[in-house]
Amino acid sequence: MITKAENTYLDMDLLRFTTAGSVDDGKSTLIGRLLYDSKSIFEDQLEAIERSSEQRGDGYVNLALLTDGLRAEREQGITIDVAYRYFATPKRKFIIADTPGHIQYTRNMVTGASTANLAIILVDARHGVVEQTCRHAFIASLLQIKHIIVAVNKMDLVNYDAEVFEKIKQDFTDFSSKLSVPDIRFIPISALHGDNVVDPSNNMPWYKGGTLLYTLETVNIGSDLNHVDSRFPVQWVIRPLSDQYHDFRGYAGRVEGGVFKAGDEVMALPSGFTTKIKSIETMDGPVEEAFPPMSVTMTLEDDIDISRGDMIVKPNNQPQVGQDIELMICWLNDKKLAVGGKYTIRHTTKEARCIVKDVRYKVNINTLHRIEDDRTIGLNDIGRIVIRTTSPLFYDSYKKNRATGSLILIDEFTNETVGAGMII
Amino acid sequence: MNYNLSHLKQLEAEAIFVMREVAAQFEKPVLLFSGGKDSIVMVRLAQKAFFPAKLPFPLMHIDTGHNFEEAIEFRDMLVEKVGARLIVRTVQESIDKGRVVEEKGPNPSRNGLQTVTLLDAIEEFKFDAAFGGARRDEEKARAKERFFSHRDEFGQWDPKNQRPELWNLFNGKKQLGEHFRVFPLSNWTEMDVWQYIAMENLEIPSIYFSHKRTVVNRNGTLLAKSDYITLLNGEKYEEKQIRFRTVGDMTCTGAVESTASTIEEIIQEVASARQTERGTRADDKRSEAAMEDRKKQGYF
Ligand SMILES: Nc1nc2c(ncn2[C@@H]2O[C@H](COP(=O)(O)OP(=O)(O)O)[C@@H](O)[C@H]2O)c(=O)[nH]1
Repeated sequence: MITKAENTYLDMDLLRFTTAGSVDDGKSTLIGRLLYDSKSIFEDQLEAIERSSEQRGDGYVNLALLTDGLRAEREQGITIDVAYRYFATPKRKFIIADTPGHIQYTRNMVTGASTANLAIILVDARHGVVEQTCRHAFIASLLQIKHIIVAVNKMDLVNYDAEVFEKIKQDFTDFSSKLSVPDIRFIPISALHGDNVVDPSNNMPWYKGGTLLYTLETVNIGSDLNHVDSRFPVQWVIRPLSDQYHDFRGYAGRVEGGVFKAGDEVMALPSGFTTKIKSIETMDGPVEEAFPPMSVTMTLEDDIDISRGDMIVKPNNQPQVGQDIELMICWLNDKKLAVGGKYTIRHTTKEARCIVKDVRYKVNINTLHRIEDDRTIGLNDIGRIVIRTTSPLFYDSYKKNRATGSLILIDEFTNETVGAGMII
Repeated sequence: MNYNLSHLKQLEAEAIFVMREVAAQFEKPVLLFSGGKDSIVMVRLAQKAFFPAKLPFPLMHIDTGHNFEEAIEFRDMLVEKVGARLIVRTVQESIDKGRVVEEKGPNPSRNGLQTVTLLDAIEEFKFDAAFGGARRDEEKARAKERFFSHRDEFGQWDPKNQRPELWNLFNGKKQLGEHFRVFPLSNWTEMDVWQYIAMENLEIPSIYFSHKRTVVNRNGTLLAKSDYITLLNGEKYEEKQIRFRTVGDMTCTGAVESTASTIEEIIQEVASARQTERGTRADDKRSEAAMEDRKKQGYF
């Protein structure tokens, strides 16, 4: 028998967050601390890092070693790619996208931020808000992360001084007024000693807020997904062709916005035909309602021609349809963006080709100023561009919907993913 | 109405999404099936992804020949039940054909040799995507693995040259002869897998549950007595109450002493476990970078 206590995992939810900070701000130590204090580190992992710490001549068990994966990084002692980490408390499961903070790695930060609900931005209490802090905040805001926690680290090195913390808070708030992040919080911590990470700090009685872990456990992300504008990009058509399901024709996909119910009137794009939802199927039985991020299969009342890349929506709430698209792009590749260049794009479940018509401007990611005299977009640059696609996209602005507002550019010769676009 | 999904349901929805993307983006996918709990979960997710149709790809077992009998019986039973097509390719064949040479020593492991058998099979059937059940939480080198992991024409993985993966936009474009490994369980932990098995009431091979077995303690790893193991000087067999946390090559899959005989007891045990799952695998202990090296060559 499953008792109630054992069964609590059935209603745990999921929070995805990124961590960003300049080199040596203590990001690895902080993640190591979260994993360690939440008891997500196993004995053999601990032994392995104890061994490595000793070999390296670190004077203490270097928790930072827990989070650097690949050998090249171990050799250079730096993190160079997005790494994913996992831990759970009885309330939530957490997925950390651990991204390095060097200037040349905007690409990784954007990647990590693209799926995150929340960003932790580390600031070294001794250095305060620096250029990189602003860049991290800008990227979080650009990627539409709704919650930022500014973790002011190494408070032990500034005598746990409230004034230092308040100054950083003020500086960050001044800067972030230019951004569109609805929820920003500040927590003074010491990752090395554990103050305010999992346990409240005795050294900072002046801080009345929650610890970092408590905040991660309780921040409300339920309303961050779009439950208003119904969007169902069709991924795959299910036709069993078996005797039992002879006439079954189901449209499989993931709900990317709004809510769909059996009986709802829907419209298929691009055809524009309307019909009603007959049922929403899963292997566990039909469901009454489907909402993001559920993966389901819809059957429709009428036999209309729908295939992968099409989108099922509500007739009274349609996405934009068009071929000339303005977007913010983050460039991910050494080969520069070419104006007039042709790329393959993936947008929801649709694939098309596009030609880059124009670069409007490039953004100075430290000051947020527009650069209009140099519009070359290379690795780690962010800018605003215009593309024309070979067939119409059904899209929303990225601000409105991260799934129907995002796309990637693929190099047609190397097949590499070269650009990450957010539709304006 | 409360529009929240539990973490397990979110992980499930994500894995289903990934499986459907593979079916749509590739011409000849295959699901690598080991008979272990992760691949059992994968089969269930694949069923869910394509219900009420059958799986649009076969399962493939790369058989080291050093199997737990219970795992093979279970494999055949599951394949039958699901109505899937099963392909088996064996390391023994690769040895017989001279493609690989068996290790020498008291417990020759065939784990490394599997890579060749796997790559040969991928080429034989011209598979362009192979689903694996690997998770990022298993091992350091996996933490940066993508859902869609590109392999060059030699089947190799280049950790420095991975494609960025943003949102849920997966890029499965490739040149002829290249293929992808796809990991729908990337974001799952061992705990998630067990919880999912409990939630879905999935059957798993009996060796995951506590039982009496004759084992030998070799450098701290409890290995089951079998035809593929020779005792070393000073070693002796002993009977212990154990269970296995992974199902693999018998020569390197270590047991843990345990009395857990139900899924719920296993969950309790995992929650308080002091060793990672891979900690019970002798092959990872060979060096800290062992996994990374094997992955580069095209390992699972
Ligand atoms: N005094 C003090 N040192 C810290 C703290 N957090 C991290 N460090 C040290 O700062 C250095 C850089 O930390 P690390 O976690 O590797 O930084 P990363 O580059 O951001 O990952 C290491 O020597 C840490 O021990 C802290 O809260 N207090």
